[in-house]
Amino acid sequence: MPEPSSAKPRPFLALLQRDLLLSIRRSGETLLPLFFLFAVVILIPLGVGPGPNVLSLIAPGMVWVAALLSSLLALDQLFRSDLQDGTLEQWFVGHSSGWAQLLARLLSHWLVSAIPVITFSPFAAIMLHLPVDALPILVLTLIIGTPALSLIGSLAAALTLTTRGAGGLLPILVFPMVVPLLIFATGAVALAAEGHASSAHLGLLLAFTILNLTLMPLAIRAALKLNLE
Amino acid sequence: MIWKTLKLWFHKLGSPPLFSQFARRVSPWLWAGFTICLVVGVYKALYVVPPDYQQSDTSRIMYIHVPSAWQAMLTYVVMAVLAAIALIWRIRITEIMAMACAPIGAAFTLICLATGSIWGRPMWGTWWEWDARLTSMLILLFIYIGIMALYAAFEDRRKAARIASVLVLAGAVNIPIIHYSVEWWTTLHQGQTIRLIGESSLHSSMLPPLIWMTIAIKFLFGAALLDRARNELLEQDQSKQWVQRELQARGMARA
Amino acid sequence: MVIVNTLLSARQLTFQRHGLNVFQPVDLALNPGHAIVVQGSNGAGKTTLLRLLAGVLEPSDGEVLFEQDPLFHGHLPAVKGDLSCRENLAFERKLGASSVSIASALLQVGLAGLGARPARSLSAGQTRRLGLARLLVRTSPIWLLDEPYASLDADGCHQVDQLIHQHLETGGGVILSTHQQMPDLQHPIQYLAVAPVGNGCPQGASSDA
Repeated sequence: MPEPSSAKPRPFLALLQRDLLLSIRRSGETLLPLFFLFAVVILIPLGVGPGPNVLSLIAPGMVWVAALLSSLLALDQLFRSDLQDGTLEQWFVGHSSGWAQLLARLLSHWLVSAIPVITFSPFAAIMLHLPVDALPILVLTLIIGTPALSLIGSLAAALTLTTRGAGGLLPILVFPMVVPLLIFATGAVALAAEGHASSAHLGLLLAFTILNLTLMPLAIRAALKLNLE
Repeated sequence: MIWKTLKLWFHKLGSPPLFSQFARRVSPWLWAGFTICLVVGVYKALYVVPPDYQQSDTSRIMYIHVPSAWQAMLTYVVMAVLAAIALIWRIRITEIMAMACAPIGAAFTLICLATGSIWGRPMWGTWWEWDARLTSMLILLFIYIGIMALYAAFEDRRKAARIASVLVLAGAVNIPIIHYSVEWWTTLHQGQTIRLIGESSLHSSMLPPLIWMTIAIKFLFGAALLDRARNELLEQDQSKQWVQRELQARGMARA
Repeated sequence: MVIVNTLLSARQLTFQRHGLNVFQPVDLALNPGHAIVVQGSNGAGKTTLLRLLAGVLEPSDGEVLFEQDPLFHGHLPAVKGDLSCRENLAFERKLGASSVSIASALLQVGLAGLGARPARSLSAGQTRRLGLARLLVRTSPIWLLDEPYASLDADGCHQVDQLIHQHLETGGGVILSTHQQMPDLQHPIQYLAVAPVGNGCPQGASSDA
């Protein structure tokens, strides 16, 4: 099995370009996670009351939980449209290992689903009265953490690709694996909100993401190939 | 030499009829071992060990709680090893055995959670406490459920087992991280945690029944695993000749 | 059989579903200028065989050998509905570096003038034609065509024959599956019958263990 790095740069860029173009053509679906994030941010104060004390306490957790849940929305179609139009089987034709296609897809998925959420997360956090000092740390945890989130979600999407009742399984598979992510990320933001240093949490978060970056593509590729059988 | 015989033995067990025979012969002995150890263990736990001076008789639930917790985790290790073998060498029996592990592990996890909750009620004054171990166990339960649900979601049993095996391995990497992150989380949020079993509170008289119960549960796991795997194999292969022969030999052939 | 000239060969190829072989083991060798027609009833495993030859599926047993990556034209056209016909082919061309221009590829499959149309708006037959155009803008001596005549009209079927003819002329080889229309070619054609394995086959000791 060739290493991911053996993918030639030119096809990779062509693939990335096409995946991004496809996402832009379907911007309605692509921007769903962002709308979902704000739906949560608007509903929570309505549910728990507008008191700034309670809100600022739960803000780190809420923004992250909303980011986690919103990431589920974009997952179902991640590989399914390629399965249905026959593109997915083309990934593995001949000696092609499918790495270039897979990595281009994972990168474009992260760019398209996570970047809008990261960009608008400070607004969501301000609406929940998170102290302004903690905002950079919140954005930083999202930048470090969302690649792992996307990878975990992609694995779940790949595993459930040809299941009978596809969509329902996704959250069950994703939720246990994102527990460390939530703990490290919200821990870092909560510490920053209290004015403490949060480098330990950030370090662990980064380690978790690096671990996922190395191992998850292997599992995702295996899951896709098995689902094509 | 040893490796060769081991490989041969492994290869033989990989054949469905031989595995079925092996499981049929071995499983009664495991059930017998389980019964004996259970009787001895329960007797010692209930009558020989004096009541705990702080927790009185409540602590006796430990003799079920702790071995189940260990077995819940050990089952995952066994399942992960079987799943790795299934994916690398595509041995059908290991696929079936790995998948047979999931419900058993889920059952032990559930027993651990239930006994923990019952034990916690008089100790903490609440049925549920966000204690690190119980929280980890709860997440483990959901991982088991996810594996079972994924395995059930495909028509082709072999494809299902292989895909679920990928999830088993992904879980195997994640479980230690989940466990330590949860432990870290509880220490950060609660400062001091009240442990059901403190490191020092395990008196030497409590050890023998704990060991007996642990061995009993190992036997139970072995027996349940063999029986489940054999049942699954017979069900999957019911139209094949070796199953028909086996049924005929025992006078149970279908018309 | 001279190995050097063989474009693609398979030896004792099998694939299992539900723990059973889908078809009897297949041996084949594809030589330049030759076409192999895979025949068999519905569900006999023609598609499975072609996907195995393409490398999409890993065989349960046996092996497939090829030097250059084949091009696979499957049941599904591998066309993105959200892109125009020209964009679809432009993307494929970047992966293949062929000398055939997009306009000429569209012309050859009978889609001239439809380059700007979104692929979603094409009919089933037109989508199949666009899928065939992929074969032209990416180069490979080996073509694996799964039911190339499906959903095509008489004119389209004739164009498929033309494409295959040209490809064989230039030293390529084609393996195609079909269950109705037979290719009309001047080149040597081998026929390969895919025999399904019936239920209740002898399976005393499992061969996969």
